[in-house]
Amino acid sequence: MSDKPWISVCEFDDLIPDTGVCALVNSKQVAIFRSRRLNEIFAVSNFDPIGEANVLSRGIIGSIGDEVVVASPLYKEHYNLRTGECLEKPEYTVAVYPVRVDDGLVQVQV
Amino acid sequence: MKKRIVVVGNGMVGHKFIDNLVNHADADQYQVITFSEEPRLAYDRVQLSKYFSGSTAEDLALTNADYYNEKNVEFILKDKVVDLDFDNKEVITASGRREGYDKLILATGSFPFVPPIPGNNGEHCLVYRTIEDLEAITHSAAQSKVGVVVGGGLLGLEAAAALKAAGLETHVVEFAPRLMAVQLDEGGGKLLRRKIESIGVKVHTQKATNEIVAGTEARYRMNFADGSHLETDMILFSAGIRPQDELARKCGIQVGERGGIVVDNNCQTNLENVYAIGECALWNNRIYGLVAPGYQMAKVAVSHITGGSDQFMGADMSTKLKLLGVDVASIGDAHGTTPGSLSYTYSNDVDEVYKRMIVSADNKKLLGAVLVGDVEAYGTLQQMCVNGMDLPEDPNCLILPNVDGGGMAIGVDALPEAAMICSCYDVSKGAICCSVQNGARTMGDIKALTKASTGCGGCTALTKQVMDSELKKLGVEVSNHICEHFPHSRQELADIVRIKKIKTFDDLLDGHGHGLGCDICKPAVGSILAAFWNEYVLDKKHIGLQDTNDIFLGNMQKDGTYSIVPRVAGGEITPDKLIVLGQVAKQYKLYTKITGGQRIDLFGAQLHQLPAIWKVLVEAGFETGHAYGKSLRTVKSCVGSTWCRYGVLDSVGMAITLENRYKGVRAPHKIKFGVSGCTRECAEAQSKDFGVIATETGWSLYVCGNGGMRPRHADLFATSLDDATLIKYIDRVMMFYIRTGDRLQRTSVWLENMEGGLDYLKKVVIDDKLSICAELEEQMAYNIGQYQCEWKTTVENEELQKRFKHFINTDAIDSNLAYVVEREQVRPATALERSNTNIQFVELVD
Ligand code: SRM
Ligand SMILES: Cc1cc2nc3c(=O)[nH]c(=O)nc-3n(C[C@H](O)[C@H](O)[C@H](O)COP(=O)(O)OP(=O)(O)OC[C@H]3O[C@@H](n4cnc5c(N)ncnc54)[C@H](O)[C@@H]3O)c2cc1C
Ligand code: SF4
Ligand code: FES
Repeated sequence: MSDKPWISVCEFDDLIPDTGVCALVNSKQVAIFRSRRLNEIFAVSNFDPIGEANVLSRGIIGSIGDEVVVASPLYKEHYNLRTGECLEKPEYTVAVYPVRVDDGLVQVQV
Repeated sequence: MKKRIVVVGNGMVGHKFIDNLVNHADADQYQVITFSEEPRLAYDRVQLSKYFSGSTAEDLALTNADYYNEKNVEFILKDKVVDLDFDNKEVITASGRREGYDKLILATGSFPFVPPIPGNNGEHCLVYRTIEDLEAITHSAAQSKVGVVVGGGLLGLEAAAALKAAGLETHVVEFAPRLMAVQLDEGGGKLLRRKIESIGVKVHTQKATNEIVAGTEARYRMNFADGSHLETDMILFSAGIRPQDELARKCGIQVGERGGIVVDNNCQTNLENVYAIGECALWNNRIYGLVAPGYQMAKVAVSHITGGSDQFMGADMSTKLKLLGVDVASIGDAHGTTPGSLSYTYSNDVDEVYKRMIVSADNKKLLGAVLVGDVEAYGTLQQMCVNGMDLPEDPNCLILPNVDGGGMAIGVDALPEAAMICSCYDVSKGAICCSVQNGARTMGDIKALTKASTGCGGCTALTKQVMDSELKKLGVEVSNHICEHFPHSRQELADIVRIKKIKTFDDLLDGHGHGLGCDICKPAVGSILAAFWNEYVLDKKHIGLQDTNDIFLGNMQKDGTYSIVPRVAGGEITPDKLIVLGQVAKQYKLYTKITGGQRIDLFGAQLHQLPAIWKVLVEAGFETGHAYGKSLRTVKSCVGSTWCRYGVLDSVGMAITLENRYKGVRAPHKIKFGVSGCTRECAEAQSKDFGVIATETGWSLYVCGNGGMRPRHADLFATSLDDATLIKYIDRVMMFYIRTGDRLQRTSVWLENMEGGLDYLKKVVIDDKLSICAELEEQMAYNIGQYQCEWKTTVENEELQKRFKHFINTDAIDSNLAYVVEREQVRPATALERSNTNIQFVELVD
């Protein structure tokens, strides 16, 4: 666990199940997703390194085999939400951030 | 004691050698040390031009320090090997370092030839070979308006593309009478030139440059031998490459008359312990300026050192590429220099296609070919040529378009196991089949396992064919399941949803699937749910299903902003509405364009601006145009009997009726209509999913046409229809398509795959063979009754608009957006422009 401070970005109820939002934290864009079935939230960098635009929070989430992924809305590469690795092009990864819900607030460490 | 292997040069081939050696079974017997003159380890020079479109040095890297450390490869960067001490078996570098070797590998590549023209050494006279060269070009281009590339070969044209993309007025100056003289014949070169000129690159052939002096309007002036001249701010030399044999030459290793380190079939030089591989090597009096032969040499040298028996026996120099957007391919003996050879030529100035085949004197074997404008035949021809296969009875069919059996493809089964499918990565048909036997099932698997089709991409189609054919042989059922989450086809899912009246994705997944779903099944199911129940697509239970464009009711552009396309039914629009569009576009600085679908597209709206913009549009009477949906797009009309002196019926009126009837109906793919007022067909209805043409006796209905990637002429479905029958038939066909179409299948492909084809469709729709017509009509009526303008619903409800923000925790805007002005409107800045500190970007509207 990193010792960076937990920063609150929104209320848990602001997260529509199975979609993402983007938060600006320490001038970094963080995509945050909520999976209803897993009852889990994920946070990765919002920048799509292949399409080169800040759009990952707007992608569809789902699973491929055992991995939980988001598909980039631009060219549909999949990124593992736990490791940040791109499934189709492993040479690309996106940063993954620790995220939690505390007292109804969504918090990230960036 | 480990044997010491010193590799001079860490370019593409040097690295390949190292990679092969350290992964060899006997790798632990060798210690590898490599020197590079460049400041970085090997990178993909073939993809170098991608650097201009945003790839970084890291993206291009073929290896990295971690990998070399892990494999125990010592590497020394930025230190050139300048001398060899054969007595002590040592190499000596510029920094004075000495390193002993047991085997020495020269992989020094080549260098760009700069013609000895006085004035060729100016600050803005550059070459195109390394990442540093590209950095220098970027820097120079940012301070230049005009650029000249000297040399119209393959690399020269790539360089020209880069200058053009940087926004420079671009010229290509070529000494020979045509472009790509090495690969293309006269006809091919001519067509290439025409195409390239048509995109604005100026081509000057048969120009010898005498001198480069200071210019008057631009930085330099090039004076040509014929007395003419050209002014330019920068000059890129791309006049061919020369083998980098300086070190070998200096130390007395045998080199060829015109350069190149002489090697034998083992890639050994005249010294037993010294090998040369890649572009610096001269085999059989030939230099191979492509990477694939270099990789073969690397393999051969590793084999020889480790006691194997591989031999280098020459290599195929066929190439296929896209230069400045033009497809070009050259195969084998493209110039027909083989004695007695004959040729077939197909030349079509209208479609700008040129194809020529060179065949043997007995008309039995293919020796070479040139293709410009249409290179579909490349895979077939290249394989025929390298494998010495017999030509078909009538060789014409290999290059003639769409005559019976035209554009014939060889069955991949006819290819020998050894046939080289991917020459970039030296992957044979056998290797692909083998990886399928070991479990590969998708192109992704094949790419990961063999690297086939991950280089230039020229072999992708052929690789897939080999894979598919092998899968078939193994009896692997090519499953029609939509994805791993549902063991059903789209049609089966549609039946389940309809018959069991399922209203949400979660219910469907619980009852009939597993896992979390994915970006394939979610949008498909979202579309099915919408097609039958037509609920608001941004309802919370449906949002997560919506694809890129639907999820914010706009089409996402390359930088993450959106386009706005209001419906303009039938293309008919009042001046007042036009004014509103103009005002909105002006207020938000949106790029404005008339689309191919007779309406107006406003580009570059930021996510948070969408509700505000649509509020104004909705108030002015506009509705969403569903440019984002797999649903009705536009009904194109011609002006028809209202104004046109030939019109027989009111085509605009009918177009508006149809567009308003079917707007918002979700389907497996998008649906387009055309309505023409007479058989002159100005609305191009016969290229649409539904085409309606007025005749003296009523409407003719055409179905299942398509423009786009694979155009299809629509089929005549029924004639002499009155308005009511026309609409009845369209209702039925469309709902039948919604029920039975596959995911992302246009009506054209749907019909082609339908057993019984057009006749069957007629029986279902006109004769009610399945007794479902009443149901189809009811379903359509229900769907139409549920219509709502999604944007109207959204702008009338504050809660729904909350999502339309870039950040959930601040009103800041995406700092990555940058726009410049071109032709008086905004457009996204290119990567090059972004890196240019002198450019003024357009101020964004909040
Ligand atoms: C804007 C427009 C080009 C233009 O500037 O004129 C356009 C733009 C796009 N087209 Fe198109 N097409 C446009 C007319 C056409 C036409 C011409 C026509 O409709 O008369 C065709 C060929 C006719 C046809 O579809 O049969 C056409 C064939 C395609 C295709 C290939 C479809 C096919 O079956 O082969 C795609 C890709 C796809 O849908 O998968 C496509 C996809 C796209 C997308 C949606 C790509 C994307 O996902 O971002 C573009 C987004 C537009 C945007 O952001 O608003 N567009 N596109 C035209 C919008 C028409 C409209 O008012 O809605
Ligand atoms: C823009 C561009 C596009 C291309 N496109 C294609 C294509 O589409 N298809 C294709 O097949 N090929 C293409 N090529 C050619 C391909 O890149 C070369 O065939 C390939 O790089 C050759 O590999 P190599 O290792 O022999 O030489 P290089 O990759 O040039 O590597 C040689 C290395 O050795 C270093 N070196 C030289 N002398 C010394 C020394 N004395 N001491 C230390 N280091 C030294 C050099 O600095 C260099 O880093 C292209 C080339 C360019 C420039
Ligand atoms: S043809 Fe259509 S999809 Fe392709 S670039 Fe043009 S607008 Fe986009
Ligand atoms: S031939 Fe270039 S990727 Fe296969």
